[in-house]
Amino acid sequence: MTAPAPTLVAPVQPQSPKRRHSQRRFTGRVIGRMIAGLIIALIFVIPYLIMLIGSFKSRFNILTVPPTYFPTQWHPENYLTMWSTPETPLPENLISTIVISVFATALVLLVCVPAAYYTARFRFPGRGVFLFLVIVTQMLQPTVLATGLFKEMVALGLNDTWLAMILINAAFNLAFAIWIMHNFFAGVPKEVDEAAQLDGAGKWTVLFRVQLPLVWPGIVTAIIYTFVASWNEFAASLVILSTDANQPLSVALTKFVGQYDAAWQYVFAVSVVAIIPVVVLFMLIEKRLVGGLTQGSVK
Amino acid sequence: MSHTIDPASTPAETAAGRLRSGAVGRAGRPPVRRPPGAAAADLWHAVPWTLPALILIFGVVLFPAGYMIFNSTRKISVAGVDHGSVGFDNYATVLARPELPGILVNTLVWVVSVVVITVVISLALAQFLNKNFPGRQWVRMAILVPWAASVVMTTTVFVYGLDPFYGIINKFLVDVHILAEPFGFTKEPVPAFLSSVAIAVFVSLPFTTYTLLAGLAGIPGDMLEAAKMDGAGAVRTYFGVTLPNLRNAIALASLINIINVFNSLPILKLMTGSIPGYKADTTTTYVFKLLQGEQRIDLSSALSVINFLIVLVVVALYLWIVKPMKDVS
Repeated sequence: MTAPAPTLVAPVQPQSPKRRHSQRRFTGRVIGRMIAGLIIALIFVIPYLIMLIGSFKSRFNILTVPPTYFPTQWHPENYLTMWSTPETPLPENLISTIVISVFATALVLLVCVPAAYYTARFRFPGRGVFLFLVIVTQMLQPTVLATGLFKEMVALGLNDTWLAMILINAAFNLAFAIWIMHNFFAGVPKEVDEAAQLDGAGKWTVLFRVQLPLVWPGIVTAIIYTFVASWNEFAASLVILSTDANQPLSVALTKFVGQYDAAWQYVFAVSVVAIIPVVVLFMLIEKRLVGGLTQGSVK
Repeated sequence: MSHTIDPASTPAETAAGRLRSGAVGRAGRPPVRRPPGAAAADLWHAVPWTLPALILIFGVVLFPAGYMIFNSTRKISVAGVDHGSVGFDNYATVLARPELPGILVNTLVWVVSVVVITVVISLALAQFLNKNFPGRQWVRMAILVPWAASVVMTTTVFVYGLDPFYGIINKFLVDVHILAEPFGFTKEPVPAFLSSVAIAVFVSLPFTTYTLLAGLAGIPGDMLEAAKMDGAGAVRTYFGVTLPNLRNAIALASLINIINVFNSLPILKLMTGSIPGYKADTTTTYVFKLLQGEQRIDLSSALSVINFLIVLVVVALYLWIVKPMKDVS
């Protein structure tokens, strides 16, 4: 998946093959690319810069007409005062987001590691059907089933509980996790298993002692992807979690929008706090993200 | 990217389940000389490994889908009480709503415009990011940010920034003389809808660009070399060699985007939710208005089932065009 140094570098004058640096020379073309790259990078992060700068404005300043680009006075204390804003109980919302994401991720791991290992290593009747179900599940989202999920959770008495959202986030992210881990398990030579089995290890022992240390990049990818997806989930939480304190940040923040004098500085401060960790996590698995989503079909 | 390594198969059979034998083997075909009942034993041994995943898939994905179909044929009061079957009346009621034709047109415009614009921009972005220059990795990381960030949070910046009074994006557009005076992007259905299209494109670009980059990385370098040798210019090479080789990546990115964009709720909800009426609604946002605004579970179930069928058609296209199952057997 790592894009190798592309071979289609635009036609350059024949270079002397001895000089490896020659590629790195700051020709006009390369400088042009760097400037274009800088502009593109800026376009993608500017909304988040607006967020970051806005989070330091006072309530009066952020609603000033006409607005100012930068705070007239910087208010870092917003990051402390926001927790007691009246619109929504933000500390509870943050806890809710963390609990749901952590447990959903743990559940995905518990459920997907054995399934991914077994389907990658062994054949059994129904294996194709199982993997087909996984692929179809990957294409479904809680949004389209929200009405059914809501009625189901009401019927089960799980409406407005963390457990409901843990189950939902786990179920809808399980497909990505199974796929990425399946690919990693399939990439480990079978001889590794066989050697361990000759030593008398059972299948579970092989999985935990031999395989897991080899496939950890796939597992980390699955963990991070599930965590970030659960962290940002919105549609199902919106219909299932009705109590303010149970709602995750994604739902809680919508309550600010549409108010006459919305406390945007708090919306942005909370968003900065919520976005930075997931962006860092995503950057860690940047190279492997596409692999799990595309099941190798763009190779 | 992990490639499936399938070393020469050995008939190593453990007591339970047998090791994968070669990539050429077809799923489900029993090998020679297997005792009768071996298939049943294989299935039985697979149960503890796959059952938890199956329970989650059935309990939280397939069951609610079925339950939703069931509810769509019931009359359910606002309080949630089931008053029995009404056949397809809920579908007739939803489809006869005066706002529905407009909503269907909106949905089509929403999905087609967002996906087409996203794919076109991503093709250019991926082509650019496939070139070598110092700092390329930083640009790739920057592009990743909207993918990781919550769409709700990203959208709040635009709702705030596009406000005609205190919005900072409006101020910028006036300051660079694109606008003569601040414009109420979020106050009228059409501008709010079009702004939402732009936001949806923005948040769809990262995944699409990364998928196309993966596709570009898979094009053999000598193929491009050969085109250059034959004297093909950059444009000719792109349309003659690069683009045809990206066919699968484009199909995959488009289909996943179609589903994501069709199911997108937060952008339109935040950008157009405070505008009365249904002039900026898609079938997805309409479901949530029926469910949460009007408390009509029966009607929203019927419309959700229609949405679900649309998604299934896209999934079928995905299975047919991209063939994700081809590596499975």
